[in-house]
Amino acid sequence: MGSLPQKMSIQVKSADPAEIREQGLIRRVQAGEKQVFYELVKPYERRIYSAAFAILRNEAEAEDAAQEAVLKALTHIQQFRADARFSTWLTQITVNEALMKRRKAHAEIMEPIGEREEDDGTYTPRDFADWREIPSEVLERKEIRQKLADALSALAEKYRKVFVLRDIQHLSIEETAEALGISRASVKTRLLRARLMLRDLLAPGLGGAFFSRLPFEKGTKPW
Amino acid sequence: MVVNCEHVWREVSNYLDGEIDPELRAAMEAHFKECKHCTAVLVGTRNVVQLYGNERMFELPAGFSHRLQRRLAQQSSYGFQNIRALWIMAIAAAALVVGGVALGNIVFRQPETKSPLAQTPHGIPPNLIVYVSDDSRVFHAPGCKYLHKHDDEPPKQMTASEAMKEGYVPCVRCLRQYLKAEVECPRPSIDSPQWARQSNGSAQPTL
Repeated sequence: MGSLPQKMSIQVKSADPAEIREQGLIRRVQAGEKQVFYELVKPYERRIYSAAFAILRNEAEAEDAAQEAVLKALTHIQQFRADARFSTWLTQITVNEALMKRRKAHAEIMEPIGEREEDDGTYTPRDFADWREIPSEVLERKEIRQKLADALSALAEKYRKVFVLRDIQHLSIEETAEALGISRASVKTRLLRARLMLRDLLAPGLGGAFFSRLPFEKGTKPW
Repeated sequence: MVVNCEHVWREVSNYLDGEIDPELRAAMEAHFKECKHCTAVLVGTRNVVQLYGNERMFELPAGFSHRLQRRLAQQSSYGFQNIRALWIMAIAAAALVVGGVALGNIVFRQPETKSPLAQTPHGIPPNLIVYVSDDSRVFHAPGCKYLHKHDDEPPKQMTASEAMKEGYVPCVRCLRQYLKAEVECPRPSIDSPQWARQSNGSAQPTL
């Protein structure tokens, strides 16, 4: 994936007031009103930060990558096409920026999970113990968020990218495929693997200790 | 339609995304009712999707917005500084050109002449051989009787252009054809040694 998306052809289907306003802001920035660029970016601050953090696992590095991505988007705003979705374009730049930063600063010593596996759609789950719904309140605990981020970081890049765009950034399958330049089928296959690998990672080995303080029933696994 | 566990694992992600046809969905739901393992896979995978997709998973650090705005403002001012730097460079370049011209004038201009009678010659051949003496600022054509001659120091030979560069002016007598106006040259004093030498019967000065 290159450092900057060269083309985005996702059609904006709806024409709600927020999108019309966004398109107006884009035109103003493209016409030279750079001071309104922050207004354009503001609704997506959390999204771009989360995309960067999901890849980098470090608050300071994620913030830096998100800022760099915003500056890069401003610099290349003329390349943005009106028929694309700004949030997708911005997210893609952020993911690229974070991956580039990660490659520079954190050369992976250990082979990421799934690196050598093929996209043939087969994956055998490792843990079949009894699972239960995890309440979203667990995310109030920073150490759990960190464990989740660590697990995500352990995935091979091709799976992590699809997962970040699809499940964290909530892009559609089509948008994810477009952003990564791969087919819909590849998105689905990689997403399946990413989800199942994360499930396995977060189940017994990593899960036992950090969920032990949660009020689960005795003898049951949290997942 | 009946599905086995492997089939369910292959489609569990599509099941969660609603990317399967109704027939397969119904078959998978029937399978989940009977298979505890596949239900564990389904619930665990759904947990993954819901937790990572939750807004609280990645909270913005305090001050993130402020720092982002400041960074954007810095870039804008950096752009402004670039424009200012271009202006400074343009002004410096102009100053350099003006300075260069001034320096050129100093280096290449004719030195000021000392003679009050000096006139700018017109059409004088630059390669014309002329003679000068140390005690005068006038250059002469060969044979000019007004050339100051000294026994211990013979007149120096050079071209007219070299003489003019060094500040010598043409003799108003021997080179008057190159001057616009006739100039009244003050006669040397009768007591001066020059006069004495020139009036000793020598009609043509020898170089």
